[in-house]
Amino acid sequence: MQNAHDLAFILARFQFAFTVGVHIIFPAFSIGLAAYLAVLEGLWLATGRHVFLDLYRYWIKAFSIVFGMGVVSGLVMAYEFGTNWSVFSKKAGPITGVLLSYEVMTAFFLEAGFLGVMLFGMNKVGRGLHFAATCCVSVGTLISMTWILASNSWMQTPRGYRIDPANGQFLPDDWLAIIFNPSFPFRLVHMGLAAFLSVAFAVGATGAWHLLKARRQGKISSEPVRVMFSMAMWMAAIVAPIQILAGDAHGLNTLKYQPAKLAAMEGDWNSEGRAPELLFGIPNMKTEHTDYAVGVPLLGSLILTHSLDGKVPGMKDFPRDQRPPSPVIFFSFRIMVGLGVLMMLVGLWSLWHRRNSTLFLSPSFHRVALCMAPAGFLALLCGWVTTEVGRQPWTVYGLLRTADSVSPISLSSMVVSMTVFVIVYVLVFGAGLGILVQMLGREPEEGEHDADPSHASDILATRAHPALVDASAAKGA
Amino acid sequence: MDFAHWLPIVWAVILIAAITIYVILDGFDLGIGMLFMLERDETRRNVMISTIAPVWDGNETWMVLGGAVLYGVFPGAYATLLPAFYLPIVLMLVALIFRGVAFEFRVMTKGTPRAGQWDLGFMIGSAVAAFCQGAILGGVIQGVKVSDGAFSGGSLDWLTPFTILCGLSVMCGYALLGATWLVWRTTGVLEASCRRWASRLAVGLFACIAAVSFWTPLLHAPYLRRWTEWPNIVFVAPVPVLVVALGLLLAASLRKGHSRVPFLCALGWFFLCLSGLGITIWPYAVPPTLSLWDVSSPPSSQFFQLVGTAILLPIILTYTIYSYRVFRGKVSEADGYH
Repeated sequence: MQNAHDLAFILARFQFAFTVGVHIIFPAFSIGLAAYLAVLEGLWLATGRHVFLDLYRYWIKAFSIVFGMGVVSGLVMAYEFGTNWSVFSKKAGPITGVLLSYEVMTAFFLEAGFLGVMLFGMNKVGRGLHFAATCCVSVGTLISMTWILASNSWMQTPRGYRIDPANGQFLPDDWLAIIFNPSFPFRLVHMGLAAFLSVAFAVGATGAWHLLKARRQGKISSEPVRVMFSMAMWMAAIVAPIQILAGDAHGLNTLKYQPAKLAAMEGDWNSEGRAPELLFGIPNMKTEHTDYAVGVPLLGSLILTHSLDGKVPGMKDFPRDQRPPSPVIFFSFRIMVGLGVLMMLVGLWSLWHRRNSTLFLSPSFHRVALCMAPAGFLALLCGWVTTEVGRQPWTVYGLLRTADSVSPISLSSMVVSMTVFVIVYVLVFGAGLGILVQMLGREPEEGEHDADPSHASDILATRAHPALVDASAAKGA
Repeated sequence: MDFAHWLPIVWAVILIAAITIYVILDGFDLGIGMLFMLERDETRRNVMISTIAPVWDGNETWMVLGGAVLYGVFPGAYATLLPAFYLPIVLMLVALIFRGVAFEFRVMTKGTPRAGQWDLGFMIGSAVAAFCQGAILGGVIQGVKVSDGAFSGGSLDWLTPFTILCGLSVMCGYALLGATWLVWRTTGVLEASCRRWASRLAVGLFACIAAVSFWTPLLHAPYLRRWTEWPNIVFVAPVPVLVVALGLLLAASLRKGHSRVPFLCALGWFFLCLSGLGITIWPYAVPPTLSLWDVSSPPSSQFFQLVGTAILLPIILTYTIYSYRVFRGKVSEADGYH
């Protein structure tokens, strides 16, 4: 019986990690893409250059797919807190549930309310109003990120609460302290930049793909492709270095507030000054040793304390039952940092090509940019694995254990639901990814249609085109 | 005492309002999904879907709000009901995934064999989601086994003849909402078919409402007393009378060719049924043990959330109405051939 309970608990964790891991890709994509669309439409209105409208119409199709997948996978999350973590939601609901409600009311409705106008209303409302709708959707995605990160950060660095002695519930004392908890600003900036960077590399890869295709066909690449690629590479060159600085600041914040997480990320066991930075190693939680360690002397102290002899924490500073699983986050952290550095190098490389006026002429650079398509998303996922697994064994850091947060769900129900989720997610989101890739494989045209050309004969498109209908009616008259 | 007493009542009303808005708005979306089974013509299917494409995810957001409010304001209910209805909730969420992605996927895969599969996903997803919502609602009325403030029943406790009836009733009800919505928003052959479907569905739903209404008071003694004892009966008696009156109006308006009245009648039915449900279980959040006050979060949480809700909800309603107005008017098949 105890075993069944433990297994159900592990499945509850895997299920949550799996569903939230799939989900986070879509909002990150939407945050970056909505901002990009707002910039494109703004540039079109300001400059009148048709290429920006072409790009807007090209990317909005991808946006509609990504946003839809974000909505349906997000609905699962809103209920999974309760289905899988009923004790957590009962105790922390007075804080995290309220923050989630604010997210729904300030962000989700804003996004959903104006998405229809954004997707189908180009010719139903004026240009200014349509641009306003695009901006509302974009702002909505940013507000949404802000609330959910406030909630997540509160779980990492809880402040402004009191614990009800009767039932262990977290009672809100000071909402400002709850929202602006110590790790919130760092996590917000880091995640926001990650979303922008992920989308910059996805857009850049799409541009690179079409540049390579055009070259293979002996054609000159079209203007929308060049503009898309150039804008994406500007983003990479500017945002990637800033992201590394933001990540460094976030790391220092973790060192201050969650030293056990940091020690586990670094695979350090003993607290010491003049600590090395391990490039590789296999942390062993049983022997309390990191095997096969390869390190750079002094670098650990330098990175974490910005001084050569600064003292960094070790996992032995903390009781065994309060250490996060180092083998997981040691690697997830390194993959994230590695990808971050790669992204920065690609950004810098683009500057060099730009100076030599070879940005659109270098197939080797385009191939690299194409391969970097998932880099941002992978780094983002690794970052979330690091911070969430690093929060273990707690749901509310230092206060409520994950093992004490779980719902009384039977093992058989968990097995059924886990199987269903995996099959459905692979099927549905796999198909979605396929459709997305296929869609982006079509080159953006000069004079891009408002909706997908395949709509042309159906109602969705003509409803979005009353102007076309009017025009043809006028011709008839 | 006053604050702590009144806040949960205010919130219960807001929550019931949010659920009602969800049921009505997503109800016709899901109903249209089920009506896909009856309408095989590709063009008319496109008309059906284009009446809801711009608004469906705003509609679904009301369900997210319902979940979030339950989580923030009534965490005790959220933490008890969700594990109790674990399987139907998971099933519903998965069904809503198929339903939601089908809007985009069926268009993007147009002309390939895949498109038909997404249509199928749209139909089955809508039907299963509707059934699960009804079964969950029925499960709440039926009651949940609780000890020490936590769910202590089995994973299939929710599955009884009563909840199956409730599931089928909601399927029928959503299909009626969908059909009457299409009567309002479409023309020609599709409108005529919808009138025909709507009259049959109305008869079916009326039978369902009657069956659920007679069955519910038999589940728990307090439910029976709520509906039959003096002076309650004075306040609750108009509910069944209004149900019958609206039914007659619905039948007449469908026959006479009104375009908007049938939908409004169907809305009226849902409004009455959900009010009846509220009256029945009041003041329980988790019948038959946990009251609103047992499961609510501290007043500081409820108050903080109420301030935001009082400001934001009117704004949300305003721009939701605006976005509906942008896409108002009949959608005709002929539009597709210009």
